[in-house]
Amino acid sequence: VGKSTVDVEVLDELEEILVHADVGVETTVKIIDRIEKRVARDKYVSTSELDKILREEIAALLEENRAGDGANFDLPAGIKPYVIMVVGVNGVGKTTTIGKLASQFHKAGKKVVLGAADTFRAAAVDQLIIWGERVGVPVISHGMNTDPASVAYDAVKKGVDTGADVVIIDTAGRLHNKVGLMNELSKIKRVMQKITADTPHEVLLVLDGSTGQNALLQAREFTKATDVTALAITKLDGTAKGGVVIGISDEFKIPVKYIGVGEKIEDLQLFDKNQFVESFFSRK
Amino acid sequence: MFDNLSNKLDRAFKTLKGQGSITEINVAATIKEVRRALVDADVNYKVAKTVTDKIKDEAMGRDVLIAVSPGQLMVKIVYEELTELMGGHKQDINLKGEPAIILIAGLQGSGKTTFTGKLANYLKKQGRSVMVAACDVYRPAAINQLQVLAEQVGVEAYTELENKNPVQIALNAVAHAKKTNKKVVIIDTAGRLAVDEAMMKEIAEIKAAVKPTETLFVVDSMTGQDAVNTAKTFNERINFDGVVLTKLDGDSRGGAALSIRAVVEKPIKFISTGEKMEALDLFYPDRMAQRILGM
Ligand SMILES: Nc1nc2c(ncn2[C@@H]2O[C@H](COP(=O)(O)OP(=O)(O)OP(=O)(O)O)[C@@H](O)[C@H]2O)c(=O)[nH]1
Ligand SMILES: Nc1nc2c(ncn2[C@@H]2O[C@H](COP(=O)(O)OP(=O)(O)OP(=O)(O)O)[C@@H](O)[C@H]2O)c(=O)[nH]1
Ligand SMILES: [K+]
Ligand SMILES: [Mg+2]
Ligand SMILES: [Mg+2]
Repeated sequence: VGKSTVDVEVLDELEEILVHADVGVETTVKIIDRIEKRVARDKYVSTSELDKILREEIAALLEENRAGDGANFDLPAGIKPYVIMVVGVNGVGKTTTIGKLASQFHKAGKKVVLGAADTFRAAAVDQLIIWGERVGVPVISHGMNTDPASVAYDAVKKGVDTGADVVIIDTAGRLHNKVGLMNELSKIKRVMQKITADTPHEVLLVLDGSTGQNALLQAREFTKATDVTALAITKLDGTAKGGVVIGISDEFKIPVKYIGVGEKIEDLQLFDKNQFVESFFSRK
Repeated sequence: MFDNLSNKLDRAFKTLKGQGSITEINVAATIKEVRRALVDADVNYKVAKTVTDKIKDEAMGRDVLIAVSPGQLMVKIVYEELTELMGGHKQDINLKGEPAIILIAGLQGSGKTTFTGKLANYLKKQGRSVMVAACDVYRPAAINQLQVLAEQVGVEAYTELENKNPVQIALNAVAHAKKTNKKVVIIDTAGRLAVDEAMMKEIAEIKAAVKPTETLFVVDSMTGQDAVNTAKTFNERINFDGVVLTKLDGDSRGGAALSIRAVVEKPIKFISTGEKMEALDLFYPDRMAQRILGM
């Protein structure tokens, strides 16, 4: 008789792998359900095949949700300057990701302008200016404790005036449960839209790969405040797996574009769903 | 979520009760709900397993199954168990030594530099002369950041802009603190991953060189399953004395607190609750247990 259900022990093991990768209970149950259905359909499945099926099902889930769509370092044609606003909670790696991204665009021969609209955190402007120097691109700043919206406006304006290809706006880290700070983001956006109505063209939400289930709430609130269009997951050079992103892409259908794999200028990669899923199974 | 869990457990017990014999197996089924709730709060799944095994024994001993509201009793047991796990011997920060040397370590972006400023502020307000030392030679503008915070709270920041050797800077900072009669010197260090061998060696060397009175491991309360890996490795390398939990002004459940406590058995000494220099608090196990359970 063929095995039409997978035994409980094996499923528990799979559940462990997923939970350990921060996939979260709800999404884990959803994935396990998919596997059970598939096993029922395919009748016989050995344990070794199950591993493979699990990878396929997660990758398929990411695919359905367009998780890796648009993952490239190209800029869409016909929009100039392409304005990217970078948002996220405190310390996730926004400023660093901007430095790395700027470097990618700069290397590809694009003209880049950065906007230092984190005017709040101690030395945040200096940090971005150092990144600007490293990459060799101009940074627009008004110094600390100035109005972030007007910095963003001036950066976009500078981009327009100098014929830049891309303008990237750094914003202060803010916890998504702080209403005042979330409203400030909407304001920054509105002010930039005075230049062209479709600005910013991209809102990149940066998530720390070692964050647990709270990342779902971050995605929810930032999406509400700013219409997030893409995700970057940082610090995946550690042992954290970043599995919470599966649930996020499933719920919000926002593509993951970039992953951060270190602190150096070259440590930014395009999101690759197969490689991502593969890392859940590595013992590192 | 507390109501949620309590209701879920009540329902689970009810269906089980209807099925006749009340056994250990019935409790086991509800224990699975508890475990899932903990994992959803970012408690490490292995820790959640150990904890719920203990809870199961406790539940059996306290006749949960014949209680009027077994779900509620169960949640109470879970709450008590978590509180005890995170409590134990509550310790204050050790400030013996002339000067007392406090070494700050942790992952990137966890909140070390901010905490350094806050702790300086806190100790200064107690009437101590405090100095902070900038030993992050890597992150762009890290030194600058600490200088700004030190100025805000009105303490001296020791910096060496050209020196790229954090061990040396730390030693020089301590010497300078002695010379200028400081009672406390707080050493801010670069963020590092537990798997970064060179950087882990560096922090161990800083510790060996300055022999701190107190070594604190700073961890972001939003951390997921990886908290255990990180805390374990840092503890193996620098045998820290206590933990600082940051960004608790967010809405994370903070299960990492329980995981770390369970795995390294070191007390949580401070919590960080905002970006302002005053946003520092002591740790209360019962409040943390409530938070994890969403009470
Ligand atoms: N290991 C590792 N560290 C990273 C990565 N990305 C950023 N970091 C580090 O994380 C820390 C925080 O990065 P920032 O870029 O300052 O983060 P942020 O989101 O701009 O922080 P705030 O502006 O304070 O909210 C720094 O020490 C970075 O070097 C990554 O992919 N891997
Ligand atoms: N909301 C909130 N933000 C915090 C808290 N503690 C620190 N932060 C913020 O988190 C971000 C990172 O804090 P830092 O103090 O730079 O972290 P760090 O560990 O020194 O970072 P690296 O030196 O890059 O490893 C900054 O934006 C801080 O303002 C906190 O308790 N609550
Ligand atoms: K990883
Ligand atoms: Mg920043
Ligand atoms: Mg720092």
